[in-house]
This record gives sequence, structure tokens and C-alpha cells, in this order.
Amino acid sequence: MNFCVYCHERIEQPLTWSTWLTVKKNNVLCISCTGKLEMISGKRCKVCSRAWSSSICLDCQQWRELGDNIERNYSIFHYNETICEMITQWKFRGDYLLREMFRNELKSAFEKQFANNAASLTVIPIPLSESRMQERGFNQSLALAEMLDAPIKQVLRRKSGEKQAKKNRKARLKRDNPFSITEPLKQAALIVDDIYTTGTTVRQAAQQLKFHGCPEVYSLTIARS
Amino acid sequence: MNMDKLILCSPRLLAESLSGKRLLEEEISLPEKCFHVLLSTKQLIPIPAIENQKGSVKCIRCGNTSKYYFSEYPCGICQQKHLYCRNCIQMGRISECKPLYIWNGAEVHWPKHSNPLTWEGKLTPAQSNAAAQLEKAVIEKLPACLCWAVCGAGKSEMLFPAITAALKQGKRIALASPRVDVIRELFPRLEQAFQDVTIEALYGGSEHKAGKSQLILATTHQLMRYYQAFDVLIIDEVDAFPFYLDKSLMYAAKQAAKKQSTTLYLTATPRKNFRLQMKLGKLPHVFVPLRYHGHLLPVPKLKLAFHLTSQLANKKLPNAFQKWLMNRQNPQRQLLIFGPKISMIKELKEVITLLLLQTGAISASEELQAVYAADKDREAKIKQFRNRELHALITTTILERGVTFPSVDVAVLAAGHEVFNEAALVQIAGRAGRSADDPSGEVIFFHDGKTDAIEKARQMILDMNERGKKL
Repeated sequence: MNFCVYCHERIEQPLTWSTWLTVKKNNVLCISCTGKLEMISGKRCKVCSRAWSSSICLDCQQWRELGDNIERNYSIFHYNETICEMITQWKFRGDYLLREMFRNELKSAFEKQFANNAASLTVIPIPLSESRMQERGFNQSLALAEMLDAPIKQVLRRKSGEKQAKKNRKARLKRDNPFSITEPLKQAALIVDDIYTTGTTVRQAAQQLKFHGCPEVYSLTIARS
Repeated sequence: MNMDKLILCSPRLLAESLSGKRLLEEEISLPEKCFHVLLSTKQLIPIPAIENQKGSVKCIRCGNTSKYYFSEYPCGICQQKHLYCRNCIQMGRISECKPLYIWNGAEVHWPKHSNPLTWEGKLTPAQSNAAAQLEKAVIEKLPACLCWAVCGAGKSEMLFPAITAALKQGKRIALASPRVDVIRELFPRLEQAFQDVTIEALYGGSEHKAGKSQLILATTHQLMRYYQAFDVLIIDEVDAFPFYLDKSLMYAAKQAAKKQSTTLYLTATPRKNFRLQMKLGKLPHVFVPLRYHGHLLPVPKLKLAFHLTSQLANKKLPNAFQKWLMNRQNPQRQLLIFGPKISMIKELKEVITLLLLQTGAISASEELQAVYAADKDREAKIKQFRNRELHALITTTILERGVTFPSVDVAVLAAGHEVFNEAALVQIAGRAGRSADDPSGEVIFFHDGKTDAIEKARQMILDMNERGKKL
């Protein structure tokens, strides 16, 4: 018997020829919870994954003018109420197991979207500050990175600072770069994180990586707000 | 008030806010220095939060031992894997990495109130008999006493003498219920009845948070933050939930009560183990078979509808239900319709609205609403119904108990569904005929095959009415 990791309802799996004969991906979410997640589909900004009718959104055009330092971000889900609650439960309440909710989608996004250079990519998690780590006990970005079949290098370090979520866009963009490099990385990097909001975090990390010789920086995020 | 200042002004206040608690470090909002002083002077004592012995694991806070509700995370601080409890994670994660802290400092002496009761109402003879028994249990320090009172007997008033007795002796009291709605409804009434006593109501998102009063109202979850705190513990609606949640309530209750304490159970539908203990004479108990207004309980009518399950699945209403709706004895009464599943309730809302519009029972579709546990407007809708702004409410079992509407008819669609156990059905039937002005109310169960639960529920109501008649 399977239960939904999020709502604990029983997962009903219909017995059909295909479920009986093939090894199916193990569903961890029930139909109702899965249904509340919205995959980003259709046209999107090719840089940041925001749902967008033309090729590059205004934000990313601005970033380009300033000299953007990420090649591309790929996000899987729209940031809606459900995913917000799920991520809260997972990272702030500390229910580590809930990363399983994203495993299948994360893996398949990685395989499909980064197929060309999957072999050469090194996965870089966004580090937590020490005080956050004391609170949570685990780094959600690392937890996601570990679900991919790719080498991980923790080359970033974070100076301690305030919580991101409490800041507005302006304050975020203006702030000094909180990251530093512990060891230069010479291959292409894939940053993995939970939410892409303004893209500042990813770009600050990318800035440091590139400054120390990393040729290309991509990012893969669960939700795009 | 800021905890910093609190400590500076009085160690007594510190003791009041920490004594009888069992908390995680993050729940103790003290400056780090103070916290360490309390630790080194052994006023706060750390205890392991998860017991892991010979392969059996137990969460010390919620008592969970089910493997399903434990998981592991790789700790970024000590680079080890830790077990954590998923059962009570909403209240902050319990893991092997962080201990719980219990208070070992000065004991708190709660005030002895000479005359705390400010309520001026009168108890009915049936109520005062039960009230006297409960009061006696507190005065004689019996370990437990159960009050088996029908829905609408006026249980809260029956508690007043027992609470009064405890307050006179300077005891600390908690009233716990698994249902938030019960706590919300009881709080203002207790506040009215004991105006000079500090009372707090604790539930998820409640205004009160400190939990340092002499009289505490709390949901099961909030009770888990207490350890050997209460001299008198009152558990309302003991059996309000599926068994596994019941188990955590019982665990929390046992942990929160002092070693020498009195536990009072209030219920309309005691579980098997309680009934057995009563029969064996191991549990002192008292019956209140009559409602406060002295009328008997409405007995549910059972109505067979052959294709009920398939009809409901196809968003069709059974004929029997339609017929009943059109021929109610008193169409002025509000209508409370219970369904087994949220999805079904949402689906049926439309068809029932149409039918009620046709029959003229409601004049606008807004007079009917659907409500369920996760509904954001749950409180507002219940309030509207209570104020008679809504004529009908379709609901899941969340409204089965604790909430009182004066004059309603009650229908259960698919009463044979497994969510409607014996206790739930008795409680649902108990929503009708609550006021003295309209003590009858119709109760009707639609089913496509009588279940054990339906039969037993009806029998329990008949038995209680038999007892009531003898009074």
C-alpha cells in the first residue's frame, strides 16, 4: 500500500496491463496533490523559463544589457499556492523526505533540457549560511542536487545574512554578493535550487563562479515565481 | 511582552512560562546567554527527543511509534543521518539531533481562588447530578472519571463545579479537545464563567501563544508541548477522531497530566475500551441521558435508496432524498447535509442548489454553501449558517460535533460509507433538536445497505432515550 508523502492519503493505482507488465516510476504523490501542481508548458522565456509569449522576457533583456552571467535557467513548475506550501513544509518545517515529490520531474528535466552537455556539467548547490543550517539541519539545494546522476561540487560558500524571502526585489538586487568561492571550477556548472524568483541568487552565484574561471553557468529550479 | 524584559523583571514569570512544558530550543524564546545559564544551573534539563532502542523508535513528544511516520535526513551539522518524526512536524521538527528541554527550576504556585465562578445560570437536575460527580472526582483526587452525556446535554456547564473546586485548591487545569471548533466555542464561555481567572486558548494560529495560564484550553497538538503540568485534565470529545489520532491524544494527555492528577473524560459516544472499563467497574462514570431542555434525542430514520452510490457518483440525487426534501415537516428549519467525501460534496452542491431553488426552499443559490476541513472560509461559512444567513450547508464529518445550531434538519448521504462510524453517526444525529424552542428536528440516513455502524448508532440513541425516560 502506498500513501501520498504530502497529504498521507492512500494512492490508488489502477491495475492495467501497462502497470502490471512494466516497472513504473513510483508515484509518491496522490492524484489530487499532483493535480494541484502546474507544470510550465507552452511558450516561455528562453533564458529564465517564465511563461512569456516572445523569446526573451523584459527582465532578461535588462539582464542581457547589463551583461548577464547565466546562459539559461530552466524551471519545472509555476509557483502557485500548492507548491509554495509544499516547499514550506519541506524546507522550513524540515520534512526532508518531501524532496521525493520532485525527484521524477527533476531528473527528467535534467535529462531532457541539459542532454547536450549533461556529461560535462558539474552540479553546484547553493549553500546555506551557518545560522540557517543550524535551524534546518539540511541544505535543500544540496538535497535536490543529490537526486541527479551527476557529479556535485560544493565550491560556493555563503556569508551569513538575512533571509531572502523577506526582501523585496530592489533590496535583493542591490545587496552585495553573499557568495565566495572555495575552489575554482573550470567546467560548465549547473546550479540547482528550489525557487527562481528574480534570478538574483543564481546570478550572484554565477558571477563568482565565472570570475574564477567557470566557462558557462546554467540553472535548474523547481519553481518559477 | 518580550522575553528579555520578562526575565529581567521576574524569575517567577520565567517559571510560569516554562514550568510544565517540554520544548525544543527554538520554542524557548530566551536570549542565548539566559538559556545557557538555565542549562548550566540545571533549571532546564535536556532529554532525548526520540527514543531509539532495539529497533523500536518513539517520538517522545507525540508518542508516535509507527515506522511510516519516521524518516531520515542527513544532518549538515554533525554529518550523520538522523531520524525525525513526521507525525508532529507541524510543531517543529523532532529529531535525534536536538533534545527537548524540561523545566526543573522553581515550582509555580498558582493562586487559590476563593470564589472563581461568575456564572449565574442554573443546572438541570440531570446536569447537577453529573456535575457533582465530576466535582467529587476532583476533590477526592480520583485518577479518572467519565461523563457519558448525550449530544446537547450541556456538557460545558456541567464542568463548572469541578473547575471551580480545582481553582479553589490552586490547581492547574487544562481542557483538551481534538477539535479546534470545540476549543473556539468553549473559550468565550469559560471566560464568561470565570472572569477573574487567566485563561488561554491554544490552537494552531491562535491569538494566545504563551500557554502560561492557570486554566488552559488546547487542541491535542498544543497539549503535546506540556509535560507533567496539570492537576486536572479534562478531555472533551475523547473519541472524536480515527483511532491513531486518538492514540496521540491519549499519549499527550498522559504526558501533560501530573503523576498525581485527575482526568475527566467527556463523551457522547464512548469507545469500546471505555465501555468495557465502565462495565468492569474500573472507571467511575456518570450518565446524562437527557438534553438540557429535557427532551429526548431525535431518532434517525433510515431510508434505503438502491442505487445511491452510483447515482451520487453521477451527480444525481436519489429519489428518496428529493422526496424527503420536498416534504419536510418544518421547511423553516435550516438544513445540514453530510457527505462522506470532499469531492462528492463539491460535486453535489450544484444539483442540491438547483433542487432547493426549484422547491423554493432557498431563493438564491448563495443560500447554500459547501464546507470542508481545508476550506479557507470554513469559519466564516459556519458563522453565516449560525446567523441564519445560509439556509443549507453541505459538509463532511468536520461539523459532526462540537458545533451547535438551534434548529436544523440533518440528512446523511451515503450513511453506509466507512467514514461514518458509529460515533460519527450518533454525533451527526445529535446536531438536530438542540434548542428548547424546537427540540425535535428530523434526522435521516440515506443508505444502500445498512451497516453495522448505522444499526449500532441508532441503537445507542434508543438506549439513551430509554434511560432518559426513566428520569
